[in-house]
Amino acid sequence: MSLTLNVNGVDHSLDVDPTTPLLYVLRDDLGLNGAKFGCGLGQCGACTVTVDGKAVFSCLLPALAARGRRIVTVEGLGTAAAPGAIQKAFETEQAAQCGYCIAGMIMRAKALLDANPKPTEAQIRAGLQPNLCRCGTHMRILRAVRRAAGLPSEPAPVRA
Amino acid sequence: MERTVRSIALGGLTALAAAVAVAQTPAVSPQVARGAALSKLGDCALCHTAEAGAPFAGGRAIPTPFGKVFASNITPDAQTGIGRYSEAEFARAMHKGVRRDGAELYPAFPYDHFTGASDADIAALYAFLMGRRPVRQDTPAPQLVPPLGFRPLMGVWKALYFHPQPFRPTPGKSDEWNRGAYLVETFGHCGACHTPHGALGAEQKAKALDGAFVEGWYAPPLNGKTPASMPWTADALYAYLRTGLGPTHAAAAGPMGEVTRELARAPEGEVRAMAVYLAERMAAAAPTATVDRESQAARAHPQGARLYAGACADCHEAGSAMMREGRPPLTLGTPLHEADPRDTLAIVLKGLEPPTGASGPFMPAFGAAFTDAQLADLAAYLRARFTDQPAWANLPAAARTARKETAT
Repeated sequence: MSLTLNVNGVDHSLDVDPTTPLLYVLRDDLGLNGAKFGCGLGQCGACTVTVDGKAVFSCLLPALAARGRRIVTVEGLGTAAAPGAIQKAFETEQAAQCGYCIAGMIMRAKALLDANPKPTEAQIRAGLQPNLCRCGTHMRILRAVRRAAGLPSEPAPVRA
Repeated sequence: MERTVRSIALGGLTALAAAVAVAQTPAVSPQVARGAALSKLGDCALCHTAEAGAPFAGGRAIPTPFGKVFASNITPDAQTGIGRYSEAEFARAMHKGVRRDGAELYPAFPYDHFTGASDADIAALYAFLMGRRPVRQDTPAPQLVPPLGFRPLMGVWKALYFHPQPFRPTPGKSDEWNRGAYLVETFGHCGACHTPHGALGAEQKAKALDGAFVEGWYAPPLNGKTPASMPWTADALYAYLRTGLGPTHAAAAGPMGEVTRELARAPEGEVRAMAVYLAERMAAAAPTATVDRESQAARAHPQGARLYAGACADCHEAGSAMMREGRPPLTLGTPLHEADPRDTLAIVLKGLEPPTGASGPFMPAFGAAFTDAQLADLAAYLRARFTDQPAWANLPAAARTARKETAT
């Protein structure tokens, strides 16, 4: 079945099974390897991309459901030579350890900051909650998101 | 998987922390322990705690058809909580809905249930609450449509709808059954969500536990009108109330998820009594046929079938990892068998997310993934494939409404 997907501003005509998860299409058909396969069950967030500006698990989104919608992957935010603002903030804060979760984290943060440019610490934490990092670099990731939002490096204490 | 592992690890840590806490805390009196148990059976903290707020310090907005009221601070702070309440004043609030200063309480506080609670149980709850750490936190003023901001009007409401009476056991029933009935009718206040409310917000006692719409969800019937495919047994219901997971019915979603997390920490015997009582009330329902009309449903709803195959089947199809973990098969899923699609739509939109640090059934949210039209296609397919019930009418409109209602 032929399907047209708009990825990072470019339309791609693809011949794929419409039930194929968007993640596989991005990686296998379009060579966009930023989004990662983690759990395949929508529990880890390594596959996060944005669709119409909202963060989604691309491992659980049938390609068919993304038709006619605006898909952005981490590659759409910038390049190694000219990184986007959030990518730059992650780099400055050295937020990646193994890096497997980072593309998903960046896209989750992108959706959050586009909707809410000056989030509170609680909103940042709630917004990133669906994404996991097994290395445990969460504190650096949080610093990177604060940096991207132009917020102080250390937050006001969050009430437990 | 990752999250399951994390939950188990956190669970272990929590258990360890609890063990340490028990070792260090001086033993509480049996009365205080009893009060603590009743507070869990009554889910006091569910309404009386704001999001990320201190337990029992109030501030959570309770939506009503007439505007918002805010649950009060029930920590023993003298200025902002119940610190100055005498036991008699506390009992009057619980039994009659009257504040310490004599003002009427809004019936969003379900005193029409607590009115049946025994004096000894109220005293125990009082002892428990007054022994907690006071938290200074003002409760926001109610935001109600005029003239309901004028509290004395609640006196009129009370005259019409409030009939205080102690709980009366049913002769000929077992002690356990009567214990369960008492807890369901009083502290548990199940009817506050599961009984339809009339035009002026009072529970319609003639339709007790018939099922009702609440906060964007449908709280299904807890009597012979249950839409469950498999009859509820006391054992199945007990497991559901304690774990939030009913392998032959559904996972607890929405506010019920929070209820089960409280009941998980309540005394086993009390939760079992509630299960015994409610299972008997639901026993009158005839089991419905379980069906799986895969090809028929796919022909009728090809888009829905494809969305299901790409988004849902990995967890919900027979033989998948989740099904091997003992999750309820969709053909038994209570929400799909309900007359209204609201619960199905809300679950797909919001998923099931235990709060950070808590364990419980998990499903990712699909609100951002699916458009309203896709959501409607998917729901139509699920209904056609896994039930023998008539198709839901007007699904695209229902999907739009559900998205609005789950936006908060």
